[in-house]
Amino acid sequence: MLDALLTLVIVLLKIVALLVPLMVAVAYLTFAERKIIGYIQGRVGPLHVGPRGWLQPIADAVKLIFKEIIIPAGANRFLFLLAPMLAMGPSIAAWAVMPFGDNLYVTDIDAGLLYVLAVTSLSVYGIIIAGWASNSKYAFLGALRSAAQVVSYEIAMGFALVGVLLAAGSMNLREIVLSQEGSLLHWFWLPLLPLFVVYFIAGLAETNRAPFDLAEGESEIVAGFHVEYSGMSFGVFFLAEYANMILISMLTSLMFLGGWLSPFQGIPLLESLFSWVPGIVWLLLKTSFFLLLFLWIRATFPRYRYDQLMRLGWKILIPITIVWLLVVGAAVVGGLGPWFDGA
Amino acid sequence: MNFEQLLFYLFAAALLGSALMVITLRNPVHAALSLVLTFFSGAALWLLLEAEFLAITLVLVYVGAVMVLFLFVVMMLDINLAQLREGFVKLLPVGVVVALLVIGMMVYVVGPGNFGLEKFAEPVGHSADYSNTKELGRVLYTVYVYPFEIAAVILLVAIIAAISLALRKRPQGKRQDPDLQIAVRKKDRLRIVANNPKGQPGSNAGDKK
Amino acid sequence: MEFEIPKMSAALPEMFVLGMACLILVIDLFLTDKNRIITYLLAQATLVGAAIASLGYQFGSPEIAFNGSFIRDAMGDTLKVFIYLSVFVVFLYSRSYLQARNLFRGEFFVLGLFGVLGMMIMVSAHSLLTLYLGLELLSLSMYALVAMNRDSSYSSEAAMKYFVLGALASGMLLYGMSMLYGVTGSLELSQISAGVATAGAGNMVLVFGLVFTVVGLAFKLGAVPFHMWVPDVYHGSPTAVTVYIGSAPKIAAFAMVMRLLVDGLEGLQEHWQGMLVILAILSLALGNITAIAQTNIKRMLAYSTIAHVGYLLLGVLSGSDSGYASAMFYTIVYALMSLGGFGMIMLLSRTGFEADRLDDFKGLNERSPWFAFMMLILMFSMAGVPVFLGFWAKLSVLSAVVEAEMVWLAAVAVVFSIIGAFYYLRVVKLMYFDKPEDNTPIDSEFDVRVMLSANSLAILVLGLFPGALMSLCVNAFAL
Repeated sequence: MLDALLTLVIVLLKIVALLVPLMVAVAYLTFAERKIIGYIQGRVGPLHVGPRGWLQPIADAVKLIFKEIIIPAGANRFLFLLAPMLAMGPSIAAWAVMPFGDNLYVTDIDAGLLYVLAVTSLSVYGIIIAGWASNSKYAFLGALRSAAQVVSYEIAMGFALVGVLLAAGSMNLREIVLSQEGSLLHWFWLPLLPLFVVYFIAGLAETNRAPFDLAEGESEIVAGFHVEYSGMSFGVFFLAEYANMILISMLTSLMFLGGWLSPFQGIPLLESLFSWVPGIVWLLLKTSFFLLLFLWIRATFPRYRYDQLMRLGWKILIPITIVWLLVVGAAVVGGLGPWFDGA
Repeated sequence: MNFEQLLFYLFAAALLGSALMVITLRNPVHAALSLVLTFFSGAALWLLLEAEFLAITLVLVYVGAVMVLFLFVVMMLDINLAQLREGFVKLLPVGVVVALLVIGMMVYVVGPGNFGLEKFAEPVGHSADYSNTKELGRVLYTVYVYPFEIAAVILLVAIIAAISLALRKRPQGKRQDPDLQIAVRKKDRLRIVANNPKGQPGSNAGDKK
Repeated sequence: MEFEIPKMSAALPEMFVLGMACLILVIDLFLTDKNRIITYLLAQATLVGAAIASLGYQFGSPEIAFNGSFIRDAMGDTLKVFIYLSVFVVFLYSRSYLQARNLFRGEFFVLGLFGVLGMMIMVSAHSLLTLYLGLELLSLSMYALVAMNRDSSYSSEAAMKYFVLGALASGMLLYGMSMLYGVTGSLELSQISAGVATAGAGNMVLVFGLVFTVVGLAFKLGAVPFHMWVPDVYHGSPTAVTVYIGSAPKIAAFAMVMRLLVDGLEGLQEHWQGMLVILAILSLALGNITAIAQTNIKRMLAYSTIAHVGYLLLGVLSGSDSGYASAMFYTIVYALMSLGGFGMIMLLSRTGFEADRLDDFKGLNERSPWFAFMMLILMFSMAGVPVFLGFWAKLSVLSAVVEAEMVWLAAVAVVFSIIGAFYYLRVVKLMYFDKPEDNTPIDSEFDVRVMLSANSLAILVLGLFPGALMSLCVNAFAL
């Protein structure tokens, strides 16, 4: 009995140790977004709260917490309040299986990859329920767009993951990273290059980020599914979106860029020079790179039109992944080195 | 009662409760969401059976994709429930009697008397390195390869059927052709006009050919 | 885990049809409406090729392949060949009919071929799983075919009813199958048969599963009281689809009944015999009596189908090899007659006109004595007038019932077949003794005329010499 309690406490502590940094990261990701996009557009971004604006996210959070949550007339009260939680839940739950290092994880399950795919596919419920429960046409349009979009891009994403599964021979995220061991060229970005690109694009779409942010589409449907939300109920959507961004970035680094493996592995001099750097630093650096890419893309590309979005998903991304799956399958069977000659 | 049993009863209760809600709730969207919960509880029960691949796939396919599209449609429909319920009350007594008979029969037949531990040995749990995914893959592509291929053909037929029913070229329909739109080059759309602020005649002769 | 590479050659016809169907699907994409005829020709070539593949394969005893999922035996091969034949005739009848209605699309033939594949899988299924999957493949193709004419609200309604009831029936069937699996612990029919023997016929779970299985089968066969979809589907679909649904799938459904009830559950015969008796009597009564009240010939033939299913069940429920052979004979004969009957409707139809009312047959003798005579053969055969093929079919089924010492049942069947004769003979009366309502000459393609004449004459000739076909059916169960 005591043992069970102890396990429970340890698990809870692990969860807290994961979530607190995550929330801080989310807060500062919003800050980074405003700053980086500001600089790209020749502005300076937030500047006044705290030294050079560094306390801005804290101020935002305080503001959101103290604002009133307004429930529109005719809205479905229960679902209206449930929706933000449904959006937030999966984006946190997916973190449960993320490995941060060889021995650094909350849980280590065999079907980790599948679990992540399944859990992230649930986040769409938050959006469509929010859109429907708001009793507002803009919110509803946003929700419908989002539902179709997420379901479409999930297929390409799933196929990309099948490629990773084929290459690594495992669905365990930790083993996927370990199977990329060797050097920078052993990482899966090279043999799975098309899948890598497709996965990242599908990730953009799954998180409803620009240029696939039709669910929000502030210039056409005001803000889409969360137009009626205010205060913290809005804030939770916001948190979920940014937590998802970080999740996708980290998954991309784990699956295609060797996770916590050092990029200098296998290079004689540099390897020993950087051997003191803990693996998690590399992982975070790689993740930050993809986050930067997220922001950069947002600042650069205009939004897709809806039919273009569907065309890209169904007629371009999915065929690419299917074709490349055949290539990867052949390479694995043929034992193409240096990636697949081990097994 | 150990922890697993507790989980089993919890999820089994959730499954039954939500399944009941699917058919009793008045609002179709609520009913669809209850169905989501039903699938979810079912997946949890499968997890308890050490079928983690099936459980996660159930969530991925049914909850993550099928029910999303289902909700998508249900939300757009304006279902007149009063109309749907017509005749319901009239036939209710017959339905109740039949349902009770069938339920009674099922409970009697599919009870512990026929499927209890005396009839079937308790299944032995697998060791920690047992992978449900691998085992499934192994039988699916060897022993069950023939049914597996047939299932693939069924999906193909479903695609053909859906497309042939949905894709209709209407003569008055207006369609955009994204291929043409993408193939557009600058010179198709843009005309460079020599700008002459002084307005001297003849200087913008280049803009018309 | 022992596993041996399955003997693929046993399933050669299935693989051939699948490969060709996929090929035709792709080729059809590159065809314009003008040369769509290529799709049609390829589909027909596929059926001919499959027949060659089925007939050209020699084997001694029944062969089980794919780890018990698949069986190839004499009954299967005979039924398959008749399935190819029926669908071949269906495609031939349909071509000009579809062209006249702007429905001549590649999907008709592709879905038709996939339906054939589903039937083949059902016919040679040796496990509950393949049986069910084959059934779903066939049903899915048929749902889509019924709905093919999107502009007709009848078609859409028929497709919806068919789909919903079909899904319900599949659910019943699956529930029953799950019970069978629960007791016997196997999906394979021969092992289920062994499991039934050990569990004993009194096992309640088995009987419980059997009830649901029989309900599912009855739904698919269209036996009363699970027949509600039949008239609407037959009436609502384009006639080209009706003739498809009304012919070959009945052969496959018969095979499914045989596989499940005889190959798998023969040990429970005392239980299913009683259920089939009820289904058969109800089907005979309702089918024959309701058909009298119809004014639409497609609906009338739909009710007559229900009645014919009743006769088919009579053969199965007698529970002997000769009974099964007579049921098989009946099924094949029925498929041939139904092809001719619906083919005649298509022959008389033309652009913008559907000859599906009884009144459209008035005075056919004046318009075309030859085809009136063909229709006469078909109607007499369906009614079971002696010398025609349908008579022998009914006779063999009834003698099987008498052999099984159920003379009263045979008497009931005879009474209903006399009632049924009324509405078939009414068509003959309309053709020969009434004045035609319109005198538009019958314009139909040459190949349809030839095929229809061959179809009807075959019924006449085979009726004069029924021995060959009957011995084919008997041989199927001789092993």
